[in-house]
Amino acid sequence: MKEFLGFVKKEFIHIFRDVRTLVVLFGLPVAQILIFGFVIRNEIQDVNIAILDKSKDPVTFDITGKILSSGFFRLYSYLDSDTEIESVFKSGKVREVIVFEEGFADKLQRENKSALQVIADASDPNSARMIVSYTQGIVADYLKEVNRNVPLPQVINVPVRMMYNADLKSAFMFVPGTMALVLMLVSAMMTSISITREKETGTMEALLVSPLKPVQIIAGKVTPYIILSFINATVIILMGYFIFHLPIRGSIVLLFAETILFITLALSLGIMISTISNSQVTAMFIAAFALLLPTLLLSGFIFPVENMPRILQWLCSIMPPKYFITIIKNVMLKGTGIGEIWSETMILIGMTSFFLLVSSFRFKIRLQ
Amino acid sequence: MRTILFIIQKEFLQVMRNKTMIPMIFALPFVQLVILANAATMDMKNIDILFVDKDLSSLSAELIRKFTHSPFFNVVSRGFSEKEAEEEMLKNNTDMIMVIPGDFEKDFYKSGKSDIQVQVDAINGMTAGLMNSYAAQIINSFYSEKLSSAGPNAIRQMPLKSVNVDYRFWYNSQLNFKLYMVPGILALLLTIIGMFLTSLNLVREKEIGTIEQINVTPIRKYQFIIGKLVPFWIIALFELALGLTLGKLLFNIPMEGSLLLLFAFAALYLIAVLGIGLFISTLSQTQQQAQFLNFFVMVTFVMLSGIFTPAESMPHWAQNVNLVNPLAYFIRINRMILLKGSGFADLSIDFAIMSVMAVSLTALATWRYRKIA
Repeated sequence: MKEFLGFVKKEFIHIFRDVRTLVVLFGLPVAQILIFGFVIRNEIQDVNIAILDKSKDPVTFDITGKILSSGFFRLYSYLDSDTEIESVFKSGKVREVIVFEEGFADKLQRENKSALQVIADASDPNSARMIVSYTQGIVADYLKEVNRNVPLPQVINVPVRMMYNADLKSAFMFVPGTMALVLMLVSAMMTSISITREKETGTMEALLVSPLKPVQIIAGKVTPYIILSFINATVIILMGYFIFHLPIRGSIVLLFAETILFITLALSLGIMISTISNSQVTAMFIAAFALLLPTLLLSGFIFPVENMPRILQWLCSIMPPKYFITIIKNVMLKGTGIGEIWSETMILIGMTSFFLLVSSFRFKIRLQ
Repeated sequence: MRTILFIIQKEFLQVMRNKTMIPMIFALPFVQLVILANAATMDMKNIDILFVDKDLSSLSAELIRKFTHSPFFNVVSRGFSEKEAEEEMLKNNTDMIMVIPGDFEKDFYKSGKSDIQVQVDAINGMTAGLMNSYAAQIINSFYSEKLSSAGPNAIRQMPLKSVNVDYRFWYNSQLNFKLYMVPGILALLLTIIGMFLTSLNLVREKEIGTIEQINVTPIRKYQFIIGKLVPFWIIALFELALGLTLGKLLFNIPMEGSLLLLFAFAALYLIAVLGIGLFISTLSQTQQQAQFLNFFVMVTFVMLSGIFTPAESMPHWAQNVNLVNPLAYFIRINRMILLKGSGFADLSIDFAIMSVMAVSLTALATWRYRKIA
């Protein structure tokens, strides 16, 4: 036991001596949460548009004014002819061109009907969809004003309740996701690299002939990262709570218990990776592609799993972060107890045992 | 010059000899394109919806049928209790709950007014908004259909002024999200190859001590650096060609603009990225450190670059940061050239800025490098 503690201490010294990595280690989650929380926005605002007004009458000026004062759009320039549309799009300066037909006000007056064309740069399809629907909305609002003397029946009333996240804050989705990402990065990647490093530099043999048992060597390697990961997880939860006002509706004990479970899983995954790779570069690439990519993309972190093709959905279901993110969202944001998440928890426990089992087999082979 | 060529040859040999590198170089673009492009999609489908139908009229049944037939929705079940429905949402069994009140049909035919209550699981704010608008679309068209055929007489004819807003989606009329993602993914691919491989490769020499052997040879610093960078520059450009081919074959991405222009910009961009890789290597003693720095820089660049979300809607300070974020330029220009066919005249400023970045980043890194090694 004394040897073991000494070994753990040595590992700690190794990590703390390396100030740069420590800075990144703790800076990464903080920076990520801040970027996600403050930078990533899905609504549109200040989109540059161009206007081709073939009519130039009070009505088109009115509509233009409404569009430009909405806050969503900003005038880049007025165009003079249809041919300019193409080039203004190609220069990348505007996202939308609005074309008013000739005699716009006249037609509206006489035939009660006129036409307006909206051309959107759909090389970014989601924003294009939003830009068009915002424009339609503004025109519809304008018409409502014009038609205010005609009695309108209020036909549709669909009150919507946004459950668990009334303001549609993006932090509700980014905080759990970042937690999974950072824990994977710190626990699995750092562990696998740190163990592979001993192999690559040849110091592993020195460790193996020491009185420490292989299990103790691994445990000693892993212990500092458990603590670091735990601190990171706590920092992320606190930042979510204090900066982005994420509620913690469920039990804190359960939240931390699940976090520790996930850290254990990530560490065992890291150990498994280290048993199958011989160089740090290999370990890093396996870690990057087996861990980082899936955590970002195949876990429902950013993109919902249900939208993916079947095969990818199957792939998603063997990705540990998917279950962890579900658990965190449930416990923190919905306030569910263990009853609703026991199946996810069991899957995580099963995966952890599997990784540990595989590693112990692989590790023995290496010793012979 | 001969020295540089020898170093390049040696580096290539080392890369090619490495058993993990070769599959990596070929598998990376494939895996990234196939998985990323398919996973990173905001096209909503299979939205689970649960109906609480308290009316059980033919009208409510008809509304539900609209949802059953929609490709976007998946009606999970019908119930009578709102409480049970909310529990289902807690268990993640449904994304949306729609409550149809008891006198839905009666109200509709009497006054043309009825209420439907909708609840959306909004933890993911982005998709919640989309789901809601999809549902609203179906309800709207249902109502207007019903109103014109069977609604109260008063509603049918009215002298309303209307403006017909006709919309066109240029450059991607099907609103295919993959066409948007693929050029972005190609940019990511080049960055990973350029930054990660370079910095790791350079730090490795330090870590295993072979850098000292090189230091005692007559090789000059600049020869060494060029020799180290050129192979990865070539590999990365090769990856771009491979990625473009795969993109064409798998997703049929358009190539509206000049490929030559694209490669010219990529070549410039890579010099900047290799410079960053070199710089990171001067900051690190071990591959672990280098890798961590790589991830940090990469994640920050990617998140700020607008690969998933429009860069225009970011706050102003973030847009200013993007002025010095090479990835933001490259992703934008990839999309402009491939999807819109923008030409050199449209991009001349970007070319100028990228040249400045490439020169200054490599110069900075080379200067730092000499001091340490």
